[in-house]
Amino acid sequence: MTKALAVLEQRDGVLRKISYEIVTGAQRLGGTVEAVVCAAGPVQGAEQAGKFGADKVVTLTNAAFAQYTPEGYAQALAERIKQGGYQAVVFGASATGKDLAPRVAARLGVGVAADLTDLAADGNAIVVTRPVYAGKALLKVKVTAQPAVLSLRPSVFTPVERPKAGTPESVPVTVPAGRVTVREVKAAPAGTLDVAEAQVIISGGRGLKEPANFKVLEELAHAFGGRAAVGASRAVVDAGWRAHADQVGQTGKTVSPSLYIAVGISGAIQHLAGMRTSKVIVAINKDKDAPIFKIADYGVVGDLFEIVPKLTEEIRKLHG
Amino acid sequence: MKIAVCIKRVPDSETRVKIAADGKSLDEAGVKFVMNPYDEFAVEEGLRRGEVTVLSLGPAAAQETIRTALAMGADRGILLQTDKIPADSFEAARILAAELKTASWDLILFGRMAIDDYNHQVGPLVAELLGLPCVTAVSHLEIEGTQGVAEREIEGGIEVVEFPLPAVLTADKGLNEPRYPALKGIMAAKKKPLEVKPVQPGPGSLEVVALMPPPDRKEGKIVGEGVAAVGELVRLLREEAKVL
Repeated sequence: MTKALAVLEQRDGVLRKISYEIVTGAQRLGGTVEAVVCAAGPVQGAEQAGKFGADKVVTLTNAAFAQYTPEGYAQALAERIKQGGYQAVVFGASATGKDLAPRVAARLGVGVAADLTDLAADGNAIVVTRPVYAGKALLKVKVTAQPAVLSLRPSVFTPVERPKAGTPESVPVTVPAGRVTVREVKAAPAGTLDVAEAQVIISGGRGLKEPANFKVLEELAHAFGGRAAVGASRAVVDAGWRAHADQVGQTGKTVSPSLYIAVGISGAIQHLAGMRTSKVIVAINKDKDAPIFKIADYGVVGDLFEIVPKLTEEIRKLHG
Repeated sequence: MKIAVCIKRVPDSETRVKIAADGKSLDEAGVKFVMNPYDEFAVEEGLRRGEVTVLSLGPAAAQETIRTALAMGADRGILLQTDKIPADSFEAARILAAELKTASWDLILFGRMAIDDYNHQVGPLVAELLGLPCVTAVSHLEIEGTQGVAEREIEGGIEVVEFPLPAVLTADKGLNEPRYPALKGIMAAKKKPLEVKPVQPGPGSLEVVALMPPPDRKEGKIVGEGVAAVGELVRLLREEAKVL
């Protein structure tokens, strides 16, 4: 039976939601799941990992772990993994996971099977699926490394409740001071949700005509009451209308929200690469032949400056 | 400053993907190859900060990719030639690290990921193998003497990271505006040294089972035109898609 280690994430001492996805993904291997998180002290919400299928939740504590310390985290985790006899180590392919997983893997003498959208145990190996070529193909790979180090694409593994003991354990660890240190985290203004984490994304492209017009998308996002973010196409980011942090696509963020609304976006391959795994896609565009309509579940053809405000009004009604 | 920049030859992002007869790889017929876009940021950053050696692991045709970097202004190139780039990034990292170890560098730069295999890990793997500090996905960089400060985007904010040189950095969009090679650069690039060294990557521990087309999204529908369609759209989102 597979013994998997799910590497959870916390920020400011609070467990991040992606942690549930990581435990849920690790559960797909069909064996036992132990969860681990690096932190300065007790992690608020860590016990929740049990609800999603962790038999045990271990917090590796060190005063320096209040901030992400790449080298400290990597050493603490690598030591734990070497002692643990795990067949698989599962990270989230978040900003931190993408940075941390290869560091840990290298210390174990293996690479990472990265950004997975599916995984399953197959005898002594693990078979995984990962999107490649901008999502235009899927690569199925057999991972024979011991342990297999894996990272899961965010928002793909919908958390499933599968209550287990989730026995908490706290283990103080000693690590040397790292050379790479996080001096500060400049947080985005309060109330702005990152496109990588939003359940609903409303993205705008060149069809918005000028930067100030993104206001109509922000109003629609606001109507969703705090679970929506405004994204952008490469064209408008390159033009300086929106920040790169908001860019969805091959040279921006890869997102998989429940609902993606593409407004005034024609649907270049490089944009589709970033959002084609969204659960439901809506396109609003004045050009009925725009490629975005080919992958959209629902399309509305017409003037976005009339359609979007009307949609905002309807969504407001629904949310009272 | 002595700088190594590792670059990769990848299919252009607009490529139509056709799967080869072996069912495991890309049919390269008619595919246009380019320098991985994130590597352009790495090359540009190198050019602004010192003397640049460009390294690439790949087939003979990757010489063209190296020539592009030389045309941008890099000083010399090294091709670690193999017909097959291993699916296991650890093998790629091992070969690059072995070559990088033969000289000393102030900075080793990579793109934050390649747009073909989405592995985003060769930079940090190489850093670990060389025992160097590493910052990934750098979108802003300041270096004074042997101390650097980098910014990297994380969910909902920006991490400001301090590190000592020598170091390995991976470049994100926003770090700079890569230059286009000028005609003069293209001519000069032809005379710059490009060394070719055959390498033999091992099989690693990732075995490709299949390359498959993505599942088709179920056929969508045009709900209607203009404001009149909004009511129906909302109904479908509520009742059929159940996302509202």
